[in-house]
Amino acid sequence: MFDDLRDLYQEVILDHGRKPRNFRRLENATHHARGDNPLCGDKMDLWLAFNEDGSIADAAFQGRGCAISMASASLMTETVRGKTPAQAKAMGAGFRELAMTGHCPACDAALEEDMERLTPLSGVHEFPSRVKCATLAWHTLNNALDDPGGKEASSE
Amino acid sequence: MDGLSPAPFDIAAIRADFPILASEYRGKKLVFLDSGASAQKPRQVIQAMVTCMESAYANVHRGAYHLSEQATADYEAARAAVARFINAPSEADIIFTANSTMAMNLVAHSFGRGMLKPGQAVIASEMEHHANLVPWQMLRDAHGTELRICRITDAGELDLGHLAELLADGRAGLVAITHMSNVLGTVTPAAQIARMAHEAGAKVLFDGSQAAVHRRVDVQAIDADFYAFTGHKLYGPTGIGVLYAKADLQRAMPPFLGGGDMIASVGLHHSTWAEPPAKFEAGTPAIIEAIGLHAAIRYVEAIGMAAIEAHERALVDHAMAVLPGIEGLRILGAAQDRGGVFAFALDNAHSHDLSTLLDRAGIAVRAGRHCAEPLHERLGAESGTCRASFGLYTTAAEIDYLAEALVSARRFFA
Repeated sequence: MFDDLRDLYQEVILDHGRKPRNFRRLENATHHARGDNPLCGDKMDLWLAFNEDGSIADAAFQGRGCAISMASASLMTETVRGKTPAQAKAMGAGFRELAMTGHCPACDAALEEDMERLTPLSGVHEFPSRVKCATLAWHTLNNALDDPGGKEASSE
Repeated sequence: MDGLSPAPFDIAAIRADFPILASEYRGKKLVFLDSGASAQKPRQVIQAMVTCMESAYANVHRGAYHLSEQATADYEAARAAVARFINAPSEADIIFTANSTMAMNLVAHSFGRGMLKPGQAVIASEMEHHANLVPWQMLRDAHGTELRICRITDAGELDLGHLAELLADGRAGLVAITHMSNVLGTVTPAAQIARMAHEAGAKVLFDGSQAAVHRRVDVQAIDADFYAFTGHKLYGPTGIGVLYAKADLQRAMPPFLGGGDMIASVGLHHSTWAEPPAKFEAGTPAIIEAIGLHAAIRYVEAIGMAAIEAHERALVDHAMAVLPGIEGLRILGAAQDRGGVFAFALDNAHSHDLSTLLDRAGIAVRAGRHCAEPLHERLGAESGTCRASFGLYTTAAEIDYLAEALVSARRFFA
């Protein structure tokens, strides 16, 4: 009945949605933010820890949400590891464009490989009401980077 | 019969009255199960509004020319029709608002601030729509009233024992309760609630947004002091709602919004108020929408509220026979008296993922928490639910199709 939805719900998304990676509290985190989508009740806590050179050493999250938002957060925690805050933000900007338009010509070639890992989520651009599910994690990441104290991010 | 109305419960003829029901998306026929959020419109309503704009439109209560007099007569005829529809003693008891939300806010402002004293309590319940909860929170914060929350049972019925406890100290000034839950479908025992409130010296407001669509409402039989509902859920247009308020309360309450139409005379520094209900209708009202609402009331009355209720009862029985058998499906609430509203969750699919799938099958349901966040917390459904809500055009075959789609969806996420 729903075979044509496999474009949106690719196996990698269903897999990360069911078994999100880095789904834990990060005890040595220096940065934390909470993301909230009041419309559907999605919530997530994101923690970041940094290397001495300023790059992200570890990212982890906990929360509840749909398969898209859980998979997006899971893939994000995997791909931002080792990135500087500036690189992570650039990936977030690229990802938001990917989610809204389905492609990202402006994505920095230096990040191409990492962005590739996120492309299974590009299918959401055909579902305007679901774009915010995919972008919530990245909004939360921006907030954690800008305000380590843990202000609430909203997908709105 | 005016010749435009369908014969009593001919479902095919009724569906043919709603142009949108013939629409398709991606080759799938529309199965519209979101009437609880807003219902579709029959051509009788659409045509009445077009006719008004084409041949009988002008501002009301002002012009001394025939078009304005005609529009005024049509607008006031809509008020009279609403009064008959809910058996109000007089058409003067009917205040037109923009929607139910505005009706509740009118009560919170004019009755709450105007007639309740700080320290008095407003009682709402755990299963209120935000529209019948947030205004009481705002009133509490601005005016110093207390907000008390009546519990519901695990079955999703109002806990009347708890209501009695909340009323016991005699400090409650208002009981504001839904007449039918927009999530659980629970129909509350309005007459009993009103009796309990009145015995404790409190007034009672019913949020009838859902109930007025599905049941014959008689505000005198239940002895409501205030009763609110909205046009767009009753197959009428958006932008028109109704507040029934008893005449003595309307006289005693100060106005809500200030402006034209609600005044008797205006000076630069002081004004006096028009007689109710005009006192509560500041500014140019929703004239075309009131005429659309009148057409909607004519439409449902031609079919008969009893016939509509019987049809929906049959649909609820059918849904209760079909849906609980689906593996992994949880239906919220198990009230004895329930209308055609079902909130449900699949064990392996989030409500938003599920609604995306159902949409692909042509099925429109609402996903999320349906403006009832505290209720979802109360029932352990923080992640939200999908909600199927029925209208008079809903068929048993559509419920079967929903059931089939739910089984496929669960397999999809397995």
